[in-house]
Amino acid sequence: MSMMLRGLMGACAMTALAAPALAETLTIATVNNGDMIRMQKMTKPFTDANPDIQLEWVTLEENVLRQRVTTDIATKGGQYDIVTVGNYEVPIWARQGWLLALEDMGADYDAADILPPIAEGLSLDGKLYAAPFYGESAMIMYRTDLMEKAGLEMPERPTWDFIYDAARKMTDKSAEVYGICLRGKAGWGENMAFLTSMGASYGAPWFDMEWKPQFSGEAWKKALTDYVAIMNEAGPPGASSNGFNENLALFQTGKCGMWIDATVAASFVSNPKDSTVADKVGYALAPEGEKPQMWLWAWTLAIPSSTDAPDAAKKFVAWATSKAYTEQVAAEEGWANVPPGTRTSLYENPAYLEAAPFAKPTLDSIMSADLKNPTTVEVPYIGTQWVGIPEFQALGTAVGQQFSAALAGQASVDQALQMAQQIAEREMARAGYPK
Amino acid sequence: MATRHQKTLARLMVAPSVLLLLGWMIVPLAMTLWFSFQSYNLLSPGMEQFIGWTNYKYFLSDPAFWTAMQNTLLLVGGVLVITVGGGILLALLLDQPMFGQGVVRIMVIAPFFIMPTVSALVWKNMFMNPVNGLFAWLAKAVGAQPIDFLAQYPLMSIILIVAWQWLPFATLILLTALQSLDSEQMEAAEMDGAGTWAKFTHLILPHLSRAITVVILIETIFLLSVFAEILVTTNGGPGYQSTNLTYLVYSQALLQFDVGGASAGGIIAVILANIVAIFLMRMIGKTLE
Amino acid sequence: MARKISDTRRWGFTILAWGVAFLIFFPILWTILTSFKSEADAIASPPKFLFFDWTTQNYAEVQSRSPYFRHFMNSVIISVGSTLLGLLIAIPAAWSMAFQPAKRTKDLLMWMLSTKMMPAAGVLIPMYLLFRSWGLLDTRFGITVVLMLINLPIITWMLYTYFREIPSEILEAARMDGASLKNEILHVLTPMAVPGIASTLLLNVILAWNEAFWTLNLTTSKAAPLTTFIASYSSPEGLFYAKLSAASTMAIAPILILGWFSQKQLVRGLTFGAVK
Repeated sequence: MSMMLRGLMGACAMTALAAPALAETLTIATVNNGDMIRMQKMTKPFTDANPDIQLEWVTLEENVLRQRVTTDIATKGGQYDIVTVGNYEVPIWARQGWLLALEDMGADYDAADILPPIAEGLSLDGKLYAAPFYGESAMIMYRTDLMEKAGLEMPERPTWDFIYDAARKMTDKSAEVYGICLRGKAGWGENMAFLTSMGASYGAPWFDMEWKPQFSGEAWKKALTDYVAIMNEAGPPGASSNGFNENLALFQTGKCGMWIDATVAASFVSNPKDSTVADKVGYALAPEGEKPQMWLWAWTLAIPSSTDAPDAAKKFVAWATSKAYTEQVAAEEGWANVPPGTRTSLYENPAYLEAAPFAKPTLDSIMSADLKNPTTVEVPYIGTQWVGIPEFQALGTAVGQQFSAALAGQASVDQALQMAQQIAEREMARAGYPK
Repeated sequence: MATRHQKTLARLMVAPSVLLLLGWMIVPLAMTLWFSFQSYNLLSPGMEQFIGWTNYKYFLSDPAFWTAMQNTLLLVGGVLVITVGGGILLALLLDQPMFGQGVVRIMVIAPFFIMPTVSALVWKNMFMNPVNGLFAWLAKAVGAQPIDFLAQYPLMSIILIVAWQWLPFATLILLTALQSLDSEQMEAAEMDGAGTWAKFTHLILPHLSRAITVVILIETIFLLSVFAEILVTTNGGPGYQSTNLTYLVYSQALLQFDVGGASAGGIIAVILANIVAIFLMRMIGKTLE
Repeated sequence: MARKISDTRRWGFTILAWGVAFLIFFPILWTILTSFKSEADAIASPPKFLFFDWTTQNYAEVQSRSPYFRHFMNSVIISVGSTLLGLLIAIPAAWSMAFQPAKRTKDLLMWMLSTKMMPAAGVLIPMYLLFRSWGLLDTRFGITVVLMLINLPIITWMLYTYFREIPSEILEAARMDGASLKNEILHVLTPMAVPGIASTLLLNVILAWNEAFWTLNLTTSKAAPLTTFIASYSSPEGLFYAKLSAASTMAIAPILILGWFSQKQLVRGLTFGAVK
């Protein structure tokens, strides 16, 4: 055993005196997406450096994860030491005192390197409450070959009308090629993420400054009408059950002409291992309406205040969101597969820019997202593709059901909007708004 | 003759299970009842207060409530019709002489062992998916437009999935009952020149009535609380088209984290379940004596 | 008197029955087949039935993502444990209900059954709070007790209907011979009750194995059974049919095999008094 290792273990033993002498187990709740699953396989450097910390993974599907984690955190069940949460929850939970502030993350953590729009959304009173694992905005991914065949050229940031026109021209239903794939599956993080940001781009907010729901307005009517019309004309069958994953599978198998969704998808559709169209994908910024479509999401690691191992948890969070982890993934799986969208330094790294053709549109989309001013009018909430109030999960999903029904043809656009307005008014009254 | 000693012993022996069940019922029920009068949302702690009947008012006036009631009945009814009807036919078929009866029975019984989550995932993705599913391929193979089952016929699709899981159960019980049918009686009926249909309506069906009642009773208990299949496939949508009462309570409790509202919903569901139980009891009481 | 059956008739029924049985079994067969395909073959159109490159890579992938064996052991412990515990409580209760019925026995049974109709989600938060304060979250003991309670009504009722079919004359005869209550249970009743108990046991192991609400919500990792294992495959990114099939096959195989091997015992008692 080398001297250094002995010294290291000695140091560990010393710190262990302060804490329980046994190995600490960190229970980590995480979502089953590609980047998180990759992380589970890459923890060797961490466990080697911290032999006194054992990692216990709980990988769940997004909705189940959210339900489990929220129940546990809110009842202070203490089941998890680290949780994977979105940037929607972080400020809300931090305000309740459910999360530990992430200070003293170590000398080489470089918190200032985190992209400002992302860091801002994860902070409360200047303190960071969650460390971003990856960040994303929305952009257009399209098939360059189909675009060419349709005789069109994608501008850097197209208008919605261009999108609709291109979608129609690219569609060839007999060959199972659908011009546009958009989310349709009901859920606040599914179709409502897309529709909230699309609505905002059309100048349609969720609430006015008095927290009055705005679904009876003209802007929403126009946005939803356009959405339903183009999906019926140029969308894939069964669009009302398609979420991010379903659309990804469709795009990877060459069935979509265009797909407007999270930037994180770019590394999947351009990966020849999973995608049959990897060499024919182009990227453009999300469409321009009254305002450009904005989107800002980050999967982050946070530490519940009910944890019994705060120091070990902090060590892990710092490791998993560090520059060193990025380099480790790059070394083992290639630069195109590193978790994107969290650090400025990544977008200044020539090796990354070389390997990831989608780097620039991703960075531009993230930097142009403004959580406080998502739409043309002033709103009392933060959030681009969500609304930063605790009630939004349920409300977003309930409204999402109505919009999904409109897409499936089970209700008209007017009926869906009327129901949405009614549901929103009811729930907001119940929750006691305006607060 | 039962002595007094034996009677006391009998009481003592019933006691543990009754007490446990009582505890299981009463403790959470009391807590639920308590919460149902509180304004209590997990996401906004510190705002708990007594609010009277408000939670009940909100739950009952929820636009989804009546749809959910209707869907619950349709779901239970639909699955019962399919499984009892299909179960009788299958039992009659399996009762016939054939080669490899054991293997056939093994295949028929299999769906009953499958986790509801798994069967819903498999049906949703590998069969009903309108692009990559097997049904879509079948439709395309005969030149038809693939049907988007879960969007166009959400409740029917769920009924189909649940019925697939419960068909083996019904078949098994009905088959066992059928096999106990007196073959002499059958032969006597044949001698009398009774046709197949007459045999079925006058002999077989009455003989099966008891088994059918049992199938209905057991299945109803499980079907009233169908949940995993809906969560996995449609999330209750589109709109409220596949939301049943259990799912509605779930969405209050674990999507809105509205403990008060969910508790009120739970209490209402318990009351409705008891109404159904009384109804079933009447039915069973008549046949099972 | 055995009836003579023509060969054509027998073959006709054979073909029909095999056809129907195959249709019913097909979804399971298809899942198992898909679990041995590559992701690309899994969504190939037209579908590939048998002629594809068989691979076990999905199983390796699933195993590398979550410790299958631990979840499997938890499932075994929880489902068998809750059933045995349930039987322990239910056998005496069902015995006395069947042989010493009181006026309200029927109502009591019915009420027990009606507790099964309570929607679990409505009670989850109160239960979670109780479990937290008793330190039972993510313990095998806690979830075993909950599953036992959930299935207790069914266990009791199944046993009751089965016991009731034991002719009481036999008991009378035993008593005439001066058998004590202990002997009566041990030597007279038990042998007759074994098939009923066996099938109750099997049915409840199956029900407990497949229970997916409480197991998912009251366990985290140490006590998590296979239902949690499957919850991480419900909609991963990209193509996942083959991996989903592999995970599904692993989750259902143990209980499917148990069910097939014991189907005779299961069926024998699975009558709920339907056959007299």
